[in-house]
Amino acid sequence: MEEFAFAFLNGDILREAWPILWQGFLYTLALAAITVPLGLVGGVVLALLSTSGPRAIRLAAAGWTDLFRAIPPLVLLVFLYAGLPFAGIDVGAWGAVAIGFFLNTGAYYGEVLRAGIESVPRGQMEAARSTGLSRGQALRYVILPQAVRNVLPDLVSNTLEVVKLTSIASVVALPELLFQARQAQNATYNATPIVAAAVAYFLLLWPLVRLISRLENKALAGR
Amino acid sequence: MTSPAPSPSRGAPAPGLGRPIVDARGLWKRYGPLAVLKGVDLSVAERELVFIIGPSGSGKSTLLRCLNRLEEPDDGSIHVDGIELLSPRTDINAARRRIGMVFQSFNLYPHMTARQNVMLALRKVLRQDRAQAEAVAARALERVGLAERMDHFPAQLSGGQQQRVAIARAIALEPRVMLFDEPTSALDPELVGGVLNVMRELRQDGMTMVVVSHEMAFARAAADRVVFMADGEKLEEGPPAQIFGEPRHERTRAFIRQIDRH
Amino acid sequence: MGGFENFLFSFFNLKVMATYLPLIAQGLGLTIVLALLIVVSGLALGLGLAMLRACGIRPLNWLIIFTVDLFRALPPLVIIVLLFFGLPAMGLGMSSFAATWLSLTLVLMAFAEEIYWAGITAVPKGQWEAARSTGLGFFQTLRLVVLPQALRITIPPLTNRTIAITKGTALGSVVGVAEILGASQSAMSFSANPSPLTLGAIAYLVLFIPVVALGRWVETRFAWKR
Repeated sequence: MEEFAFAFLNGDILREAWPILWQGFLYTLALAAITVPLGLVGGVVLALLSTSGPRAIRLAAAGWTDLFRAIPPLVLLVFLYAGLPFAGIDVGAWGAVAIGFFLNTGAYYGEVLRAGIESVPRGQMEAARSTGLSRGQALRYVILPQAVRNVLPDLVSNTLEVVKLTSIASVVALPELLFQARQAQNATYNATPIVAAAVAYFLLLWPLVRLISRLENKALAGR
Repeated sequence: MTSPAPSPSRGAPAPGLGRPIVDARGLWKRYGPLAVLKGVDLSVAERELVFIIGPSGSGKSTLLRCLNRLEEPDDGSIHVDGIELLSPRTDINAARRRIGMVFQSFNLYPHMTARQNVMLALRKVLRQDRAQAEAVAARALERVGLAERMDHFPAQLSGGQQQRVAIARAIALEPRVMLFDEPTSALDPELVGGVLNVMRELRQDGMTMVVVSHEMAFARAAADRVVFMADGEKLEEGPPAQIFGEPRHERTRAFIRQIDRH
Repeated sequence: MGGFENFLFSFFNLKVMATYLPLIAQGLGLTIVLALLIVVSGLALGLGLAMLRACGIRPLNWLIIFTVDLFRALPPLVIIVLLFFGLPAMGLGMSSFAATWLSLTLVLMAFAEEIYWAGITAVPKGQWEAARSTGLGFFQTLRLVVLPQALRITIPPLTNRTIAITKGTALGSVVGVAEILGASQSAMSFSANPSPLTLGAIAYLVLFIPVVALGRWVETRFAWKR
């Protein structure tokens, strides 16, 4: 038991590693604050393209979505970070994370929002257009608010996944929480920093997990 | 209005009424090999109430939905209030706010209160400021007898009340003509009266109206002209007394016999 | 060398690809084995937990809910790193393959339990009462009456979640599992050319595009009626 505490819950090491873990935690928050909106923008664009517009564009949007849902995000990230420089395109770690998340989480948000838009009855668009609203206005004021509400549990759940996914940025050496924890672990030969990082992730994301459960139960009860 | 020609008349408006405000000519609409409209003409005078009846699949709803271009006709021309609706140069959104439409399934926006439902187009199409839009919406909702229910969401209203909000949403834009697509078909019988009352009042205020409906009693009492459609064609038209009393066409007779049995 | 030729040389270098094809094919095999193991153990454990939860023993249910929340909240990569780099400190070292398998199994278990549980609660109470009134026991009712109805509605969300988590096998490369990504990355550093990565990406597409398409089909086929 003492051995366990020494290896995993070591107060001295935690005190020592605290400053860089805290920095990593803030970095993770910043990453989430950037990748979630990026993914949402990509998702809205994809959802609009795959629900309106000519058939060819709808099919192209669906193909794009499937493509980036099939490639693991880490593969995409490694490709952007380590592969592209061979072609003389160096987007850097930040660029790789931004592009990778835009493509990957955009595809997931897009799929969720598409389902939301398709869940809004056709009469809503007709009613809005019949009062003189343009297509864009109808989408913005009438269709999208209902679409978002209809798939809110899925949207929040996807957001949880995006925040969790920021941990793969450690692979391209961005100093977020997991990366800093690994650094501290390497320096101290002790697992406590990683346990601390796990606890931090849990405390950050547990409320979101509870919220999703509540939303899903509510959606289930409403059926 | 006892024109002897039974078949394709030019849809002349009843005498004594104003100039035509809706003038649709030679409308064709096909879905693949199936022609739903086969060169239909319809002209509606200012302040006139035209009733369109016919069996299901006769094309009457399609005709109505062409009049604000929710359906795109394949051929023909439509003038509303002097504007050529099908011309590519026409700003369809500007034109549509002069044409109110009421749907069978109400199509209220469920995420907005009654008042917000009415205000949306006032704000975004007519560009009214909030205070003005609120006042106009309140007046429109008063007109349909729902002043007390302005801040209710559609889910908190009965079907009849929802349909009256939908009418308020359309009349708030001060349209030149109102289109009603089976406005009472989705309502429980005891709620139909309230909606018909509102329509009657609109008529008294001089609103031009085109109504697709099975409310034959209302048609008899309130319509200036009744149009009978079957298989994508206008078979005959005339004052309600004539269409219901002495229809010329065998199909009209059969249809009215069947309706009266209910 | 023109830009396009340069691009072909970098990303579609057939010579490099041919050299490392066997290595990446092995990686593909490893990914498939790992994925299948995760799917089987994760779904089975999830179902077990959901059935335990159906027994309605308070303290046990709190424990189940906490476990499920824990593995839904933690990023899979954090769990993998914790198991692989953390446990040896306790003398409980495990291979990178085992650490990846166990981590993703726990994650899938958590998500699957949540989905199964939602399915079980969606079955009307009258079904329980009817079955129990005919003399069926608790587990008989659960197995013969409730689960068959519950499982049907869980198929679409479960399929999509399973696909997403299975793609996490790529995370194993971080701790040195020579699955597709790991194999392509080593090939890339041996050859100083990113073509193996292209090959790896193609391998993932070959593996997962049919699965994603299946997910789409399943979603429409078993869609919940709204």
